[in-house]
Parts: sequence; structure tokens; C-alpha cells
Amino acid sequence: MEENDTDPTEQVPCTNDSGPEDHTQDHATLNYVGIEAVLDQMRRKAMKTGFEFNIMVVGQSGLGKSTLMNTLFKSKVSRKSCTPNYEEKIQKTVHLQSVSHVIEEKGVKMKLTVIDTPGFGDQIDNDNCWEPIVKYINEQYEKFLREELSINRKRRIPDTRVHCCVYFLPPTGHCLRPIDIEFLKRLGEIVSIVPVIAKADTLTIEERQEFRKKIQHDLQANEIRVYPQREYDEDAEDRILNDKIREKIPFAVVGTDREHQVNGNKVLGRKTKWGIIEVENVAHCEFTNFRDLLIRSHLQDLKDVTHNIHYETYRVRRLNDSNVNGLGLSSLSITTGENVL
Amino acid sequence: MSCCFAKFTSNASSSCLPCLAQDKNARPLSLSGHVGFDSLPDQLVNKSTSQGFCFNILCIGETGIGKSTLMDTLFNTNFENFESSHFEPKVKLRAQTYDLQESNVRLKLTIVNTVGFGDQMNKQESYQHVVDYIDTQFESYLQEELKIKRSLHNYHDSRIHACLYFIAPSGHSLKSLDLVTMKKLDSKVNIIPVIAKADTISKSELHKFKIKIMSELVSNGVQIYQFPIDDETVSKINTAMNGHLPFAVVGSTEEVKIGNKMVKARQYPWGVVQVENENHCDFVKLREMLICVNMEDLREQTHTRHYELYRRCKLEEMGFKDTDAESKPVSLQQTYEAKRQEFLGELQKREEEMRQMFVQRVKEKEMELKEAERELQAKFEQLKRLHHDETSKLDEKRRMLEDEINTFNKKKAATELLQAQAFNTNANIKKDKDRKK
Repeated sequence: MEENDTDPTEQVPCTNDSGPEDHTQDHATLNYVGIEAVLDQMRRKAMKTGFEFNIMVVGQSGLGKSTLMNTLFKSKVSRKSCTPNYEEKIQKTVHLQSVSHVIEEKGVKMKLTVIDTPGFGDQIDNDNCWEPIVKYINEQYEKFLREELSINRKRRIPDTRVHCCVYFLPPTGHCLRPIDIEFLKRLGEIVSIVPVIAKADTLTIEERQEFRKKIQHDLQANEIRVYPQREYDEDAEDRILNDKIREKIPFAVVGTDREHQVNGNKVLGRKTKWGIIEVENVAHCEFTNFRDLLIRSHLQDLKDVTHNIHYETYRVRRLNDSNVNGLGLSSLSITTGENVL
Repeated sequence: MSCCFAKFTSNASSSCLPCLAQDKNARPLSLSGHVGFDSLPDQLVNKSTSQGFCFNILCIGETGIGKSTLMDTLFNTNFENFESSHFEPKVKLRAQTYDLQESNVRLKLTIVNTVGFGDQMNKQESYQHVVDYIDTQFESYLQEELKIKRSLHNYHDSRIHACLYFIAPSGHSLKSLDLVTMKKLDSKVNIIPVIAKADTISKSELHKFKIKIMSELVSNGVQIYQFPIDDETVSKINTAMNGHLPFAVVGSTEEVKIGNKMVKARQYPWGVVQVENENHCDFVKLREMLICVNMEDLREQTHTRHYELYRRCKLEEMGFKDTDAESKPVSLQQTYEAKRQEFLGELQKREEEMRQMFVQRVKEKEMELKEAERELQAKFEQLKRLHHDETSKLDEKRRMLEDEINTFNKKKAATELLQAQAFNTNANIKKDKDRKK
């Protein structure tokens, strides 16, 4: 075939960084190449194509899921707010409904899809109530896989995979309930879960700490992996950062869309007879931490973990299964069909 | 058992151009405060920065036309290339990978040079090696993508993102080798033609030369890379640059003092050609376009256009389709399974055939051996008979001989007896005579 010469990764005289860098220190303007302009190019491209983000909220009814979503994205993104004549009904079965919006901030466009799961944990018999959810998540992976495998595929495959699943824990103050453990165990394998303590204004700070410790202990005891998963830390720096976050999980959050006056400022808060609970005040609740994690610092990471790890896991499992049944792509190249067996 | 009724809004628009605003089912919403996802592009960029970038350039041109020098000048380093000989029997491609860093951006740059291009007497096969190389890179990416356990984000992308085609500065027109090569490559890679050693052409000749080249390319249907003009931020500069193609470049790594600065230049007795002077050559334009403005677009085009085309052709060639005869969507797996069965069937047939042949051969051999054995047996019989005949003849002869010996002995005995008698008689007579006296 080709000679050794054409192998691009063979013994290569890699000039190490010190070469060009020394140069740059000597003659600054002389040795301008312009490689760092590629960052701007990337940014421009990203702004033009926009982003997609799919977030799923899971929890019993009445825990404030829709309100929290609205607070998080500072607009009426939840299903409730969009459906006219909405009546609060307890669903007989677990339905999944998703609503999409396009929101824009400072030129950055994002298509946000909120997937709601009314009916989860609301029945008398909650056996297997996670199944519709698992099925939905796998369906999205399947759709993506199918598109990726087709011959004429789209330039940009529409991404409906669930990037993040927010699980609402009721503020009991005790520990994880069986339904929580079952759900978290199963779904922690296929999607990135961020558990939160809902309606945290019913717990005092000390109670919250206790609750958190118990939950963390339960999570570890049951080997439940929540985001950010320890196994996917890329380097020591990442680990330190993520460890700090892991200490705070689950976040105790409060949601609202009403504003009140506090000390002359308009703040988001819940007004009660004994005071105003400021949502964005770190002393009152951990909403800010939650929002920062989800949106301001780790949004892209959530998408990457979903694409590089969860989706790939699904893909491997799916293709291997098909192989066992005689279908599917072998691990050898599909192009050398002769080698298949 | 709870049933699942998942009702979800349809996906983003199916048009090729991704544009969120066109999505009919996602309503635009206004925000009442600062949410914070405007940091998304930064998050994305930070991630990419930590992973590093990859860029692969292919330089095609005759030996000695200045490819290595231009690369050295473009990237401000010495890539340690040695001069190639003009006597290469075939066109080879030499690829070298370098890690460059500028401020906090790491770039893994691969430069592929053609060695011996245009040196052979018979240039008909020259472009084939280049085409094969490009296809091989696509192939290895495709294989990685089709693997079950794959790691695409760690994969070292070796696909060629930009192809710099060096045109010799003859001042007349393109050579036929150039046209043929570019035509073969235009659907596989982004071609950016450059006029090499542009300091040998005067300004007016250059202008005419450029026009001639472009018109020849157009009339031959060669699609070179056009700098994208759909993004407003860069459309103006890109349109202007599109009009300057092909870039007339001069490369030099030597520095000459001009005024009180050291600049990259080539010194002649009649003057100094400054590489970075836009009046002297188009080097700065090339650098702007190739690196500063369009590097990302080059990579994107390679992936979404050229690679997809290759993938589609390759998979179709192997018989995979998206829809079968009844226009029902067929998944890759179904086609694969069908092919696999077909292949297995054929394999079995071949195995059967081979077995038959084997049995046949064995039979034949057996017959041959039996034949040989028979012959051997016959010979043995014959020999035995001969031997037997000989033996009996000899026996016969011996008997005869013995008979003769016996007869002879008898005669001898008889003669002796007679002799003895005769002697006795003589002796008696003599005795008698003696007595008588």
C-alpha cells in the first residue's frame, strides 16, 4: 500500500513548544502567525448555529418543578405556563411532555426543551414508574443513532437527547426513599442526574446540612452516580473543581417568579409572614449555586458528557445486542466486509 | 403497569442550514433577567482550547517550487525539511506532524508534502497517489466512526483540511498536469491555488496570469475553495479575497534589515522582496485567509462536505441504502444483515466446492496409486517368471554338464583300465621274454 513515508503519525520530528515560544519572546510582532484567531472563529460559528439544551424534570407533583424551571430561565418555559386553560390534575399514568422555546441572550441563541414528567411517583402503586422515562431517554438516543448511521445524513443532526435530568427530592429531612433510590440507580447509568432538595425553605440551615449528609451517604451506599460523575473527571484540576461541587450536592433550592422589594432592591423571593426568602441570596438557599453549575459553568460539559459517554455507552450496547442477534455492525471495519465473521 | 404516552414536539428544521429561528415548533421567548447562558460560547471555546486543535495541510507542487519554505514562513518555524531529489521514480507523500503553540492555543499541525510531483517522464499516475492518500485518511476516519467502541473526541483527525496547490510562475497558463490534478481533487479537498515564487513575475504579468488561471479553472469546471461569505462579520473581507485568488506568494525565512526593523525578505542585487509587504506579494493575504479567518470553516467544510460525500459514496458502493426497493426506510443494520447472510451463503457454497474438489482429488490420487501398484505387481510377476526360467535353464545345463562329466569320468576310467591292462600285458610279455632267455 503506501510506504512508511505516508503514515502521518509515525516517528515525527515534533518540535516542542519551546521552539516557537522562544521565538515569540524575542521578536514579538515578527513571529505572528495568527493561530489564536481560531478561537474567535469558533465563537462566531457557535453564535451563528446556536445551541440546543434539553432538560428533564422529575419529581412528585407539588414539589415546585415548573416554578423552578421558570426561575432558572427567567421566563415561562414550563409546560404549565404555556398551555392555556391549564388545570392541575394528578395524572393516572406517567406522561412525558416536552415544550421547546428559543431564548436569546447577548446574541447567543439557545433552543431550550423542558421535558416534564407529570404523574411520576403520584400513584398508589409506583412500581416501575421510571420505565416510561427510561424508555423516552433511550428513544432519543435511538433516534440520534439512526440518523447518525443513515447514508444521507443531515449536516447537523437534531439533538433531542436529554442532557440533564433534575430530580426533585421532597424536603422530608430524613433520607432517600425507596422510590428515589430505585430511580436514581437506574437513571444514573444513562443520563446525568442533578438531584435537588425542593422547597428547601421548609428546612432550617442545620436541617439542610443533616439531610444533605444523609443523602450523600445513601447515594454512596447504593453506588448511585450523580453529575458530576467522579469517573469522568479529566484531570486533577477538574477533580478539585468537581469535588467542591460534589460536596454541595444535592442543592437546596427555592423557586419563585415573583419579585419583592428588599432594602430598596427588587429581588426574586417568596414573601411569608415571617420574612422574605430571597431566591438569589446564597445565605437563604442554594439556587444560585445550582444555576451557576447548570448554566454558567457546566452546560457545555453536560452536553459533552451526554454525547461522549452516555450516548456512546448506549451505542455500544445497542450495536453489540444487534450483533448477537445477527444484526448490526461488527467491531471490525464494515468496509472490509470480507473480514466479517 | 404504567403505559408511556410520550408526546414530544418535532425536532429542529430538517433543512441543511441549522437555523434555530426557523424551527416552527419552538416559540421564541423573552427573558426577564440575566440567566447566564451567554457564557456558552466561552465554555465551548475553553473546552476546545484544552483539547487543542488539529489542522492538516497538503502541499502539492513540483520539486523545488518552494513548498517547504512557504510552510516555514507561514508558521514561523523551521520544520527541518531537507531538499528532495528530482529523481524519484514515483510520487510519494511525506507527512509530518508538529505541535505548535501560540499564547494558550495548541495546534497539532500536519503538513503533507508531495515528493517528486511532476518529476517523472510519464506523469499520468502522478495525481493518483495524492487521491489515494486523501481517501485513505477519510477511510480511517470512517472506520473509526463505524467502530462499536470508538473514541471520536480523542481521535487524531488526519483528514486534509486544506490543499495548497503551487502553480509554477510561468506567466502563461496552467499546465495540463495542474488542471488534471485539480480536477481530480476538487471534490475531495478544499483547494487553494497559489502562485509560487511570485517575485519572478512583474505586476502586470501577474495580473494577466491570475485572470488566465481563474478563467481556465472555471472553463474546466474545477471547483476551488471559496472563502465563505454568508457570515456578515467576515463576508466583506472574504469577498475581497476571493477576487485576489490565486495568491501570489513569496516565502523566506531569512531576515533582512529594512530601515530599523528586521523583516522576512529575499535580498537581490536589485532590491529586497519583503514577504510581509502587501505591495510585494500576497503572503499576508494567504496567512489571513488560511489561518486567521477561515481555519475553522476549512475544517468544517472538510467534515460536512467532502467527508460526507466520501462516506456516502463508500457506503453506497458497498450496497447500503437508506430505502429499499419499496421505498421503505432500511436501516444500516438490515442491509448489513442481508449482506452478511449473502456472504455467509457464498462462503458455504465455496466451502462445499472446495470440499468436493478435495474429495475428487483424493479419488484421483487413489486411482493413480492403485494403478502404480498394479503395474509394480505385474513387473514383479514378470521378473519372477524370468528368474524361474533362468533357473530351470541353468538346472538343465547343469544336468547336462554333470552327465557329460559322468560320461567323461566313465570313459576315463575305462581308458585307464585299458591302459592298466595294456601295461600289465606288456609287463607280462616282458616277464615272459625275460624268462625265456
